[in-house]
Amino acid sequence: MGYLAKRFRMRLPVIVMLLPFFILFFVFTVYPVLRSIWYSFTYYNVFSDAQFIGLENYIRLFLEDDVFLVALKNTLVFAVITGPVGYLLSLLIAWLINDLSPKVRWLLTLVFYAPAISGSAVTIWTFIFSADRHGYANSILLQLGILNEPIAWFKDPHYMLATIIVVQLWMSLGTSFLAFIAGLQGVDKSLYEAGAVEGIRNKWQELWHITLPSMKPQLMFGAVMQITAAFSVSDICIQLAGFPSVEYAAHTVVTHLQDYGMIRFEFGYASAIATVLFLMMVLANQLVQAALRRVGD
Amino acid sequence: MSTKAKTRGKAPAEGYRPGVWTRIGKRLRGKKVNRGIAGNILSLLFLLIMGAFMFLPLLYVVMNAFKPLEELLLFPPRFFVSHPTTQNFSDLFSLMNETWVPFSRYVANTVFITLVTMLCHIAFASMAAYALAKHTFFGSRFLFKIVVLALMFNGAVTAVPNYLLLADLHWIDTFLSVIVPAIQAPLGLYLMKQFMEPIPDSILESARMDGAGEFRVLWSIVMPQVKPAWLTLIILQIQSLWGMSSNYLISEENKTLAMAMQQIVSGGIARMGAASAVGLVMMIVPIVTFILSQSQVIETMSTSGMKE
Repeated sequence: MGYLAKRFRMRLPVIVMLLPFFILFFVFTVYPVLRSIWYSFTYYNVFSDAQFIGLENYIRLFLEDDVFLVALKNTLVFAVITGPVGYLLSLLIAWLINDLSPKVRWLLTLVFYAPAISGSAVTIWTFIFSADRHGYANSILLQLGILNEPIAWFKDPHYMLATIIVVQLWMSLGTSFLAFIAGLQGVDKSLYEAGAVEGIRNKWQELWHITLPSMKPQLMFGAVMQITAAFSVSDICIQLAGFPSVEYAAHTVVTHLQDYGMIRFEFGYASAIATVLFLMMVLANQLVQAALRRVGD
Repeated sequence: MSTKAKTRGKAPAEGYRPGVWTRIGKRLRGKKVNRGIAGNILSLLFLLIMGAFMFLPLLYVVMNAFKPLEELLLFPPRFFVSHPTTQNFSDLFSLMNETWVPFSRYVANTVFITLVTMLCHIAFASMAAYALAKHTFFGSRFLFKIVVLALMFNGAVTAVPNYLLLADLHWIDTFLSVIVPAIQAPLGLYLMKQFMEPIPDSILESARMDGAGEFRVLWSIVMPQVKPAWLTLIILQIQSLWGMSSNYLISEENKTLAMAMQQIVSGGIARMGAASAVGLVMMIVPIVTFILSQSQVIETMSTSGMKE
């Protein structure tokens, strides 16, 4: 008993340190995920309590809700393009500016990272992609003779998604970009010396055989940041293309979720959407983590 | 040489020490492998094009903020401002003063929310990070695994249950609805824990020998060493809270500065001048905080990697 009491007294500060954060974490992150999964099997709105209805929400989602399928398609297009492209862009730019002098590197880091944190400044793109022939994108393409008439970039369903992808890429050099810069700085420089002796001839071989394996932990962290961001594209769709967008061409799973959860108050149905989103994000993350573990092997 | 070779493949836990690396780099420059001249020109060109793509829209925001209304409405639009003026900012200021709730109230709301969230987030995340990084106990690895899993999805997933929860707690339309969920941001705990990990246990152990309790060790030994990490958490919180608009803050007197400004700019063409000023004001705060803290943030990111 005395031994247990002593152990508990030693453990007590650790428990006290863990509690404040983890109580909030379980209440506002873990519990909501579980609750969301449970609600996804219920009929639940403002007028009625949650009633178990089995898979009905999911059946409706995938078989009857055409708008959801459009949203799902758009989200996957966003994720498959902006995720990998944003990731590779972050890595490539971090790698290219790594050799520059510290002052230049500082400045370029700022320039490339700034769009990711500039928030509502993203609406400036409505000027750049404005629908008349004097908008920057239109006037340049008209002058080059690529276009014959101006495009309504954020209203024409044919171009909306591509235009938003361009803007999304503009702000995709975020946390992962910073992690890559730090990772590159941390690579043991003597490895390059050893590599040169072992017959590494050019920068690309050096990148693949020395640099990337050395910064693997950052590569994995950066992937998580990038994937999560790529699947949750929604705010800029609403800011740039409006809500709902023309023919739902810029509708994503997250905007669909907001529609049912916060506007129509169909909690059960919205939870099914949230659960699908949750599974997509976690699955994509796990797959990419498994792939990244093989880098340089 | 042999000790250096051992670090291969391991996480670069050493941290960010430009001084040492530049010196080593200078010594190595003679033997450095190159991309070749063509490669260098290509990469410079690529950086230039990408830099323009990133920078010009931001510059355009700045330009627009100083354009008089007639220049903003000019067709075809001109990129550069020809008669810079601060009229837009004074317009914005007078519009803010005409609102039903005094301007200072919005500022006070934003400052209050940001400060309280920041302080609690840093305090709670540091304590939990210390417990996870420097103590092993039943379930510690599992707890951290859940935190990493939480980085893999975002707030949209939990929005509906969180709304119901906040409604049950009667927190809707109070600051608590914004502050409390933001305190438990898992990214903060993750970065803090990873940054604490390389601190040698021997320092902590000798402090314990001198009779320091765990809180004492955390406060006077660990916290000063992880200054870059808590500065990074401050920056991340400012970035997310400054431009934040919340559906849960409903009464006018509870709204944040960002929300008030968004309402003003939705007032159509007559307010276009003020709107372009808002664009700059919203953008400048996160960018300036990053300018002030870049080296600390990068230093924190040097330990951000995921092991295994």
